Amino acid sequence: MIEVKNLNKSFGENHVLHDFSAQFEAGKVNLIIGQSGQGKSVLTKCIVGLMEIDSGSVLYNDRDFSNMDRHERKEIRKEIGMLFQGSALFDSMTVEENIMFPLKMFTKMSKKEMLDRANFCLERVNLVGQNKLLPAECSGGMQKRVAIARAISMNPKYLFCDEPNSGLDPSTSILIDNLIQEITYEYNMTTVVITHDMNSVMEIGDHIVFIHNGRKWWQGTKEEIIRTENQEIIDFVYASKFMKSLKGKLA
Amino acid sequence: MSYIVSIGKYVGMIGQVFSKPERFKVYYTRTIAEIESIGINSAGIVAILSVFMGAVIALQTASNMDSPLLPKYTIGYITRSSTILEFSPTIISLILAGKVGSNIASEIGTMKVTEQIDALEIMGVNSLSFLVLPKIIAAVFFFPFLIIFSMGLSIMGGYYSVTASGLASHEEFVYGVRAFFKVSDIVYALVKTCVFAFIIVSVSSYYGYYTKGGALDVGRSSTQAVVWSSIVILLANFVLTQLILM
Repeated sequence: MIEVKNLNKSFGENHVLHDFSAQFEAGKVNLIIGQSGQGKSVLTKCIVGLMEIDSGSVLYNDRDFSNMDRHERKEIRKEIGMLFQGSALFDSMTVEENIMFPLKMFTKMSKKEMLDRANFCLERVNLVGQNKLLPAECSGGMQKRVAIARAISMNPKYLFCDEPNSGLDPSTSILIDNLIQEITYEYNMTTVVITHDMNSVMEIGDHIVFIHNGRKWWQGTKEEIIRTENQEIIDFVYASKFMKSLKGKLA
Repeated sequence: MSYIVSIGKYVGMIGQVFSKPERFKVYYTRTIAEIESIGINSAGIVAILSVFMGAVIALQTASNMDSPLLPKYTIGYITRSSTILEFSPTIISLILAGKVGSNIASEIGTMKVTEQIDALEIMGVNSLSFLVLPKIIAAVFFFPFLIIFSMGLSIMGGYYSVTASGLASHEEFVYGVRAFFKVSDIVYALVKTCVFAFIIVSVSSYYGYYTKGGALDVGRSSTQAVVWSSIVILLANFVLTQLILM
């Protein structure tokens, strides 16, 4: 479980996160949703330590990550997998080398064991036989799946996904969403997904946190979000004409 | 004020670059790859520049020797001295700052803006050490070979230009090249080269690593890397000359 307590983050005069607190449970797909510019990505970067927080704390299974030194953080980071918005694959390495990279750096596996693990991860994301492709030769959806394979290669306890569906068509988006959900349940990971895609919310959202003006505005399940009377959430969920008409019919 | 902040950040970066590597074998493989990328792949441009540089130095020396009292071997002597003391280590390093420096800044800068460096950090890899240390080792190790190669080609260029144009004979030029030779000149040139290699890689990596924004900013970082590497090389050249030769 990941616990965020009273987290504050500012950039100069711009106070991006205000006393943000939330819990993200293991074995669940936790979604952080909200409009663009509300602090979702900053929150994730603060949780994983890519940005230093001003105050508050971040606990990974009761281990206070925010007060750790670089070496202690390194140990926690080996338990974290992250899927970046642009996939962030190493473009000088093949698909296989990308997946094997963390294994090479942090395990004493033989080359055969690493290859077996890479093949297992590729099979898990339905990319069997694509080992020798370079990231530039992969489609957007394939790149995301390779990034997921790389993220799970070290059997992480925590998985972060920053807008996993950006730039993907609806059917590929659902594929990626389902893949994230399946591996979360399969490995009992604590998964945190940042998104503003309502399809994802309805598809995989076990626990949803709505962020507005840098504050936790609402939290609940996907069933609760469609029934809420909170105006900010209504504005966000029913932003399109289609969704507005749907809401009218539901009413 | 911003310059002081930048120098502080640069010193902090160097500290992180030289922290203990996660896996020596991976760093060794990367260092070999970098020797090829930033060293061997620069041999062509170094060769062309050196030959023509030597040829021009020899011709200009010959054309400025108006007094008949000056022996012809002076052409070979001046070509050798200028090449070893200044032209090969400094001018070639400035050229390498352009070629290698811009390449390093744009490579690391692109990794930064495409979140590849964040991906390394998330995995627990010390991204600065992983990306920069193999480049520094490769450059400091291989640039002296490039400079020795440049010295040889430059003197050869000078030889062919003056002998072919009849400004000096083979014996006169070769005598001049061998006259009053001091090994300490070579040592001075190689010490300078190692310092310049470190400057090129570290300054360029600094600008690449702290790139913010997108493609336009990567281009800007690349330009700044070349400009500042060149300035720092010239400053270091002055300081090292004072320290070693004076």
